[in-house]
Amino acid sequence: MFELPDLNAVQRFAQALAPLIQPGDVIELKGTIGVGKTTFARALIRTLGGKEEVPSPTFTLVQTYHLDRLTVWHFDLFRLKHPIDIYELGIEEAMSDGLSLIEWPEKMAPYASQHRVEITFSFYIGEIRKASLKAHGHWRARLSKLSWPSDG
Amino acid sequence: MILLGIETSCDETAAAIVSEHGIQSNLVHSQLEEHRPFGGVVPEIAARSHIEYLDSLIKRALNEAELNFSNLDGIAATAGPGLIGGLIVGLTMAKSIALVHDLPLIAVNHLEAHALTPRITSQIDFPYLLLLISGGHCQFLIVDGVGHYRRLGTTIDDAPGEAFDKVARMVGLDYPGGPAIERAASQGRANRYALPRPLQGRAGCDFSFSGLKTAVSRIIAKGKVLEKDVPDLCASFQEAVADILTDRLRHAAQAFVEAYGKGVLVVAGGVAANGILRERLKATANEIGFSFAAPPLSLCTDNAAMVAWAGIERLRLNMVDDLTAAPRARWPLDPNAAPAIGAGVKA
Repeated sequence: MFELPDLNAVQRFAQALAPLIQPGDVIELKGTIGVGKTTFARALIRTLGGKEEVPSPTFTLVQTYHLDRLTVWHFDLFRLKHPIDIYELGIEEAMSDGLSLIEWPEKMAPYASQHRVEITFSFYIGEIRKASLKAHGHWRARLSKLSWPSDG
Repeated sequence: MILLGIETSCDETAAAIVSEHGIQSNLVHSQLEEHRPFGGVVPEIAARSHIEYLDSLIKRALNEAELNFSNLDGIAATAGPGLIGGLIVGLTMAKSIALVHDLPLIAVNHLEAHALTPRITSQIDFPYLLLLISGGHCQFLIVDGVGHYRRLGTTIDDAPGEAFDKVARMVGLDYPGGPAIERAASQGRANRYALPRPLQGRAGCDFSFSGLKTAVSRIIAKGKVLEKDVPDLCASFQEAVADILTDRLRHAAQAFVEAYGKGVLVVAGGVAANGILRERLKATANEIGFSFAAPPLSLCTDNAAMVAWAGIERLRLNMVDDLTAAPRARWPLDPNAAPAIGAGVKA
C-alpha cells in the first residue's frame, strides 16, 4: 500500500513502476470517480517519455501514445456497454506489444489478461489517496522488485 | 452546390444532405422515430453498428431530400479525430461513393465541422472567436478561415461534457448527463454547495474540470446527498462550470481583441446545447463588447449536416482530398499549439 498525499507522490509512484514495464503489459487502474486514475496514467505516460497532452479518454474510450520504448494504449472503459467491444478498440494489438493502461477494467472482466497488475486507488485519510497493488501471472515476480522511494 | 455528409467518428451514425442554401435532410440513427417506442436507442460505439446502419441512412437522407447520387457535387465524411473503427467505416463508404459516381471527396475534421456549424444558419464572417465545448473537447480558438485555426487554450484534464456525464451518473441521473443535469438544476439552488472553480482568475485560457468532478464525488461520498438534494447539487455544479467558462472567456476575448479588436463569440459542440451555459456565455460576451452566436440546438450534438457543410466550405476553396485520405484518431485543429501539460490543478 502506497500513500499518495500529493501529485509529487503520484509522480514518484509512476517513476518507481516505469522501469518494471515491458511490452505487452497490462495495468488496470481501479477506484471511484475522481480518485486519481487518469492523473496516475498521465504521470506514467510522462515518465515513459510522452510529451503530448494526455486528455481524459472517457469520451474517446482509448488514446494511444507512440513513445520510444513502446506504444501506450490508455483505455477508459467507463462508457463501454458490451465487454466484447473491447476488441473493436484494439485491445489485441495493445496486449501484443504495447502497454495497456485500463481505467474501469471491470467493464471488460471476461476478457481480462492472465498477466496483469491491478492498482486500486482509494481515499485514505481525508483527501489523501492510497494505491494498493495486486499482481496476477508473471507480474507477481516482477512486483517484488518495486522499490518505493520514501521521499522526493 | 449539394453535398452528402457522413458522420461516424464516435457514438452516432449520421448522414445528411446540405446545399449552400441550407439543410435538405439531416438524419442521426439513434434519433430516428421508429426507435421511440423502445425508449430511444443508446448509441453504440462499435464499428459494426455503423456498418449496419450507414447504408440505409444514406439512402433515407437522399430520399428525404428527393435527390439521388447524380445530383450531388461531392461527398464529405468525418476522417477524425475519433474512434478509428468508426472513422474507417464512414470514410471508406465516402470513398466508394466518390469513386463510383466520380465525385470529389472531402475528408473532414470533426472539430472543424463543429467550428463552422454556425455559418450554416447565420451570416458570420471570419475571423471569429470560437469556444468548442463537448464530451471530449474544451478549447478556445481563433478561426481565421477554413482550415486556419489558432488555439488559445484547452482543457488540461477532462472535458465539460465528460464532467456532466460523470456527475449525472454519481447522482443517479440518466445518460447523457447534460440534459439531465440541466433539468434537475432548474429546480435547484446554485448557492447550496460550495464547489471549486479550478484555474479561475489565473492567466491564460486553459481549463480544468477534474477537480470539480472530484469535489462533487467527495460531497456524495460523505453520504449526505439525498434525492431531494440532487437539484441543488446539479445547480451548484452547473453554476461552477458556467463560472469557469465565463472566467476563461474574458481571457480568450482579450487575446482576440489584441489581434483583431472586438468581434463575435461562437459557441459550438454538444455542451453548447445547455441553455444556462449559453445564457451566461452570451451575457459575458455582450458585457465585454462581443456579439454571440451558437448553432440551433439540433446542430450542437454530433450530426452529419455539419460535416456536409464543412465539405461545402472546403469544396468552394478547392480543398478536396484524394482516395488515399487516411482516417486519423488524433487530429488537432491547430497542429502548432503547444501541448497543455497539466496534471490536475488545485482550485
